[in-house]
Amino acid sequence: MTIRCRILYTKGPDLRYTANLDVHRIWERTFRRAQLPLAYSQGFHPQPRLNQACPLPLGMTSQAEVLDAWLEEDLPPAQVQSALQKAAPPGLLIQQVEIVDLSLPSLQTQVRSAEYTLWLLDPPSLEALRAAVDDLLAASELMRVRREKQYNLRPLVESLTVASSQPPTLHMQLSAREGATGRPEEVLDALGIPANAARVERTALHFQSS
Amino acid sequence: MLTPQEIQDRLERILLTVEKPGRYHGGEFNQVRKPWDSVSTHVALIFPDIYDIGLPNLGLAIFYESLNQRPDVLAERAYAPWLDMEAAMRQADIPLYALESRRALADFDILAFTLPYETLFTNTLNLLDLAQIPLRSAERGDNHPLVIAGGHTAYNPEPMAPFIDAFVVGEGEEVIHEIVAAHQAWKTSNAPRPALLERLAQISGVYVPSFYEPEYHPDGTIAQVRCIHPSAPPTILKRIVPTLPPPPTRFLVPNIDVVHNRIAVEIMRGCTRGCRFCHAGVINRPVRERPVAEVVDAIQQALTSTGFEEVALLSLSSSDYRPILELVETMSERFAQRHLTISLPSLRIDSFSIDLMEKLRGSRQGGFTLAPEAASDRMRRIINKPIASQQLLDTARAIYSRGWTTVKLYFMIGQPGETMEDVQAIVDLCKAVLREGRSVIGRRANLNIGLGTLVPKPHTPFQWAATNSFDLIRSKLRIVRDELRTAGVKVTWTDPHDTLLESWLSRGDRRMAEVVYAAWKRGVKFDAWQDQHNFESWQAAFEEAGLDPDFYSHRERPLDEIFPWDHISPGVRKSYLIQEFKMSQEECLRPDCREQCYACGILPAFNEMRRSLGEDEWFCPIPAPRSTPVPEETA
Repeated sequence: MTIRCRILYTKGPDLRYTANLDVHRIWERTFRRAQLPLAYSQGFHPQPRLNQACPLPLGMTSQAEVLDAWLEEDLPPAQVQSALQKAAPPGLLIQQVEIVDLSLPSLQTQVRSAEYTLWLLDPPSLEALRAAVDDLLAASELMRVRREKQYNLRPLVESLTVASSQPPTLHMQLSAREGATGRPEEVLDALGIPANAARVERTALHFQSS
Repeated sequence: MLTPQEIQDRLERILLTVEKPGRYHGGEFNQVRKPWDSVSTHVALIFPDIYDIGLPNLGLAIFYESLNQRPDVLAERAYAPWLDMEAAMRQADIPLYALESRRALADFDILAFTLPYETLFTNTLNLLDLAQIPLRSAERGDNHPLVIAGGHTAYNPEPMAPFIDAFVVGEGEEVIHEIVAAHQAWKTSNAPRPALLERLAQISGVYVPSFYEPEYHPDGTIAQVRCIHPSAPPTILKRIVPTLPPPPTRFLVPNIDVVHNRIAVEIMRGCTRGCRFCHAGVINRPVRERPVAEVVDAIQQALTSTGFEEVALLSLSSSDYRPILELVETMSERFAQRHLTISLPSLRIDSFSIDLMEKLRGSRQGGFTLAPEAASDRMRRIINKPIASQQLLDTARAIYSRGWTTVKLYFMIGQPGETMEDVQAIVDLCKAVLREGRSVIGRRANLNIGLGTLVPKPHTPFQWAATNSFDLIRSKLRIVRDELRTAGVKVTWTDPHDTLLESWLSRGDRRMAEVVYAAWKRGVKFDAWQDQHNFESWQAAFEEAGLDPDFYSHRERPLDEIFPWDHISPGVRKSYLIQEFKMSQEECLRPDCREQCYACGILPAFNEMRRSLGEDEWFCPIPAPRSTPVPEETA
C-alpha cells in the first residue's frame, strides 16, 4: 500500500549552490541509497513521486524545507527518518517525518508565505539600514522588473525588520503564493544591497491552515 | 598562500555571480574529507576541464578511492573553472583550490593531472598558472608540489615535457602508490628536488622528461633522444596491471547535473580487433576481463552507495567480452525492479547485439549506436575493420523492426588512401540504411550520422600517415552533409579546425611545447570546446615559435624516421606497426589476434608477468612457430 510522507528538512551550506531541480535528484538518490521503495508515476517514463513545497533560490540555506514523498510500503515514520538520514548527503538534515493523508492537496498550492533571515557581509550602520527599511515599507508601490516582466514588490513584503544584533540582520516575511512570490534578493536590491553581499536563510514556510 | 578560510570568504562573494556555482563547491555524497595534518602526503587529482566533464572521469575515480583508503594519504580534487569563474577568481586573487578542503593547490605535495586528450594541454598550463605555481618544471623549487600527469596523451608526452615533472605511462593503479612512496621517502630525506625526480625515474613506467634531450636533424626530424641522467632508462615501457583490480564503487554523487550521472564499470580492458586507426587498441593491450560476479557485485555495491539510476558497462568492444550474455542476463535479473538505465556501448554489428540490448532495457529509449567506420570494402581492408554492408543493412533493419526508431552510425573519413568514391559510399550506405528503416516503420525511422576525421596517433599503424588537408576534409564533409540533407537524417561532424589542432599536438615533438605555451599566452584555453574558436591564435603561436604546423600534420613520414615518442613503449613493437601499415597499403586484412598470435610484442614485453598468470588470463594465444619470420626491430 502507498503512504505519503511529509518531510521537514534543513538545506545546509553544503547544498547552498544546488538548484531546485538538482535537489529533486538528490532526494531521489537519497531514497535509493536508503533502500526505501519510492512510488513511481504511471506512464512511458515513470518518475518517482516527490513533491517539493516551494523552490529555494540558489545560494540560500533553509531551516524549513518541506517535501512530500510517496512510498510503496507502509513504514513507520521513525524508520523512514533514520534510513533517510543515514543516506543523506552533507547538508541535508532530516528534522521530522510524518505520514499524511493521501488525499491532501499538493504542497505547492498550500504555501502562503516564507520567512527569511539575512546576514549582511558588508553591513551598513544600524541607522542607515533602519532608514532604508522604513523608506521601503513607507512606499505604496515598488515597481520592479524581473525577467523582463514588471511587477510590484511592495505587496509581497508582508514584514521587514532589522535586528540590532552585531552585525545587524534583516528578517522578512514574503508572500509565497503561486504567481505572487517575493524574493529576498529583490528586497535586498530595493534596499541598495547587492545580492552576493548577503547570506540568506529561509527560516519558516507558512501553509494555508487546513 | 591564502588559508582555506580566506579562500572560502572570498568565494562567498563571487559564487552567486557565476554560472552553476555548484561546480566550485564540492560537498558531494561520498566525498572524503580528512584533517590536513592527519596524513603525510596530500595529492590533488586534477581534470583540466570543467567539473561537469571531469567529475565522471573513471580514472580519477579509481585514484580517489584507492588513495583515500590509505590512512597516510589524502586525495582531493580540482577542475578547470569556466571562463566566468576564472575571471572572478583572478579578480579576487583566489588561487586554484581543492574542493574538499579549500586548500590552495600550491599547498599540496603532488598535483596529478589526467590528460586523456591533447586539447587539455592549454588548460593544464592555465590551471598551473591559476594555482600560482611556475609553469615550467625547471622553475619549480623544493617547496612547490610535484606535478605529474598520466592518461592516453602520456604515450607522446613531448609537447608537455617542459611543464610536467614526471609522466606515468600506462595504467596507474599500482604505480600511483609507488610515486607516493618515493615522495614520502624523499620528503623525510630532506634532499633537494632533483633527488625526487631521480627516485621517480627509477620507477618502472615513469618518465621524467628533464632527464632526456632530443636532438634534431636540420630538417626538424629527430636525430636521437639522449638520456642525460644515469637514473633514466633508455626506454620507458608502459605499466600494466596483470589482472584488473576490483573496480571503484564509492563514486562521487554530484549535487548538480554533470555529463554522466552514472556508475561506470570497466568490464574489459584492451581489444584484439586491431583497427589500424585506433590508439586505444594498441596501448591497452593485452586484453583483460573482469569476472561477471565481480562486475555485478561492484554494481550492486555502487547502487547502494550512490543511488545512481544509470549504469555504464565500459570496454573497447563489448561484444568481445566472453561472458557478455551471462553478464547481461544476470544484470537484467538482479536489477529488473530498479528503474535502471544500463548502457552497453561498442557493440558489434550483428543481431546478437540487438538481443543483448533488448535484455537490458524494457523500453527502447534513445538510439541504437553502431560504428561501421567505413562504407566501402576497400576502406574496410585499409583500416582493418571488415563488416559487410549487407550485414549492416540486415542489422539496421532488425533494429528498426524491433522497436528502435533511431539508429546512430559512426563513420571516420580521412583515412590513408581514401578517395571521393569511398566517401560517396558512406552516403549511399546511409541512404540504404534509412530505406531499410522506412520500409519497416515508415517516416518514424531516424538516422543519426556521426562523422569523425582521422587524426593519426602515435604508436598506431597510421602514425606515418598524413592528416588530410583542411580543404580536402571540408570537401569530404560537404559530400556527406549535402547529400544527406534528408528528412529523418541528422549529421554531426568534427570541425576540421579541431581535427588539425589535435593532429598537430598528437604527433608533436618537444619544440611543440613552445607553441602550447605561446598559445596559452595568447589566451587560448578550452580547446576541447568547439565554441572557443582558438584556431587563429594557434597559427600565430606556431609562427611565434618558428615552427610549421604542416610539418606535424600533413607530412607523410618515412618508415625509418625516429619519432619523438619512440623512447616511450606501449609494448607493441614499431616493426609490427610498420608491418601493419604496409598491410594497410596493400589492402590486406589482419584477423582478430585472439585466434592466432601475430607477435605484436606485448607478450615478450610482459613475459614474466604473463608467466605468473593462468593461461587463460589474457586473450593472447601461445604464439605458434611462425612460417614467415617477423623482421627485427629497426630502431
